[in-house]
Amino acid sequence: MSIPLEKLKWMYETMVKIRLYEETMVQVYMEGKNPVFNIGAGTVPGEMHLAAGQEPAAVGIGAHLRKEDTVTAPHRPHHNAIAKGVDLNRMTAEIFGKETGLGKGKGGHMHLFDTDVKFSCGGIVAAGIPHAVGAALAAKMKGKDWVAVAFIGEGAANAGAFHESLNLAAVWKLPLIVVVEDNSYGISVPKAVSTAVPFNAERASAYGIAGYYVRNNDPVEMYRVSEDAVKRARLGEGPALIEIETYRYLGHFQGDPEVYRGRDEVPALREKDPIVRVKSLLVEEGVAQGELNAMETRARRAVDEAYQFARESAYPHPGAALEDVFDLSAQ
Amino acid sequence: MSTVHRRLLTGNKAMAEAIAQEMERDENVFVMGEDVGAYGGIFGSAEGLHQRFGAERVRDTPISETAFIGAAIGAAAEGMRPIVELMFVDFFGVCMDQIYNHMAKIHYMSGGNVKLPMVLMTAVGGGYSDAAQHSQTLYATFAHMPGLKVVAPATPYDLKGMMVSAIRDDNPVIFMFHKTLQGLGWMDQLDYSVGHVPEEEYTVPLGKANVVREGKDVTIVGIQMTMHHAVEAANQLAVEGIEAEVIDLRSLVPLDKETILNSVRKTHRLLVVDEDYRSYGMTAEIAAIVAEEALYDLEDPILRLAVPDVPIPYSRPLEQAIVPGVKEIRKAVEQLVRH
Repeated sequence: MSIPLEKLKWMYETMVKIRLYEETMVQVYMEGKNPVFNIGAGTVPGEMHLAAGQEPAAVGIGAHLRKEDTVTAPHRPHHNAIAKGVDLNRMTAEIFGKETGLGKGKGGHMHLFDTDVKFSCGGIVAAGIPHAVGAALAAKMKGKDWVAVAFIGEGAANAGAFHESLNLAAVWKLPLIVVVEDNSYGISVPKAVSTAVPFNAERASAYGIAGYYVRNNDPVEMYRVSEDAVKRARLGEGPALIEIETYRYLGHFQGDPEVYRGRDEVPALREKDPIVRVKSLLVEEGVAQGELNAMETRARRAVDEAYQFARESAYPHPGAALEDVFDLSAQ
Repeated sequence: MSTVHRRLLTGNKAMAEAIAQEMERDENVFVMGEDVGAYGGIFGSAEGLHQRFGAERVRDTPISETAFIGAAIGAAAEGMRPIVELMFVDFFGVCMDQIYNHMAKIHYMSGGNVKLPMVLMTAVGGGYSDAAQHSQTLYATFAHMPGLKVVAPATPYDLKGMMVSAIRDDNPVIFMFHKTLQGLGWMDQLDYSVGHVPEEEYTVPLGKANVVREGKDVTIVGIQMTMHHAVEAANQLAVEGIEAEVIDLRSLVPLDKETILNSVRKTHRLLVVDEDYRSYGMTAEIAAIVAEEALYDLEDPILRLAVPDVPIPYSRPLEQAIVPGVKEIRKAVEQLVRH
């Protein structure tokens, strides 16, 4: 195995934390939405895009990132945020719309900004790629070896911003890594129906940059290719495009009737669960059950604490809606 | 007795000088856009910068407005102070998501935590037969979206001073410069595209209108080219005994309501002149503000002149028929004062 044990342990604990976070959200999201589902009601109103099953993308590259590296993510951002070390309490408070949230309740689950760890996400498909290009440009101009990672779904690879950004980053040889999380569907439309090539990673050749494809939602392989891409980016060798075949266990959003896929699809995917696979690796490496339990407990505790923090936080006062349109601090 | 040394610069040289001085002052300031390098910007906004600062800080981009305006946002979030050029404002359509959904909103959605100290400079305006996709001003399109400062200076002095302010501002600023006011050799030669510009750095605040001509009979509010037309019309009207006060709006966001209201309270009549479309535009906004806050100071209904709601036509007589000029302003004031 090519992963240092400490890294593998971090990946395991982080994946467990992500999974627990998303599974908890499935429950919390339905509070106040019974017996009639109303998207605008309940503890957590609005759209909710969860990433259970997509953990390998986030932790496989996350294991190589530092605080100074920038990450941008799309509308399904929780796994990417958690792997980047976003403050889980303030993230959850933001999702609850509370004043202690990362954006004081003005952004919500698709718009999380944590400047301490240089994480951001947004609700427009592919729009975060140019922001990562800019972060990579800033790193280069400042003479730092920082990298910028843009996570996108496979559907975003057909948006113009993808092409423009990769071309620009390649022309300027920027430390940008675009990670395509191929979960097979752009909401309901299968990749084969929307995309002219079977693998987006092949599109790297259009920009003369490195392309990597990771099969079977494999966290270890994701770690391995990311190591190469991140190292090359830090050395100034330019951008890379990584695509990982991943699984989305839940609907596009909570409430998705999922009429576009067979009922046996998700159970079959769960049979190959990446967290179980990493756990087996740790056992093979001789990690004791007690240590695994301790990691799981730590993850559980962090998630519980975050939800409790969010519940106990106050809502912003309505007048705060008029604040933060402009930065007035210089005036 | 002292003599005032007048140092004359064209609009484009005033802008470029502001950028150069700020690049000297702050290493985080850099420029990117299409043809801003060796060419110096199609309308001269970056003249001489590439030669002076090099390709690292004055970056020619591919024709990828989404990528490079988005990259400016990403770089600004990292503490850089990018100046990014959208060659013609008319090209906004290919990158409006980055401007409307990200540049304008990230500060707010982050609860004020992310600052975007960036300038998007863009060429506006018609009058030279460039037709409907290269002649718009689109002032209101940008001013409508909360979160963007939108300024439109009309003189070389203000182009420099407001560019310095825009670069130093911690908010995203849309900096609109009028093509024909750049003083370029290949366009109409207008006296007011050349003006006194001190060499030393100075700032002109964003959000302050300027009373460029005082008068007691009527207030004319204009912006960029329509302000210059208004001054010319006012000079002609003075011969007839009508004294018009002319306000150069300079800034759409923030909007200097007080200067407009104070003037209307003095003159009791208002004409608003715009080079943008009439409906839902700047003229409507100012008319609404005056109606809300100074209705009883008015002796006559407010008049508006703007591009009637048609795309800008190509042919000279067609374009001249729809863009308000000196003659139309003069006629409107006469109608207002002598009805």
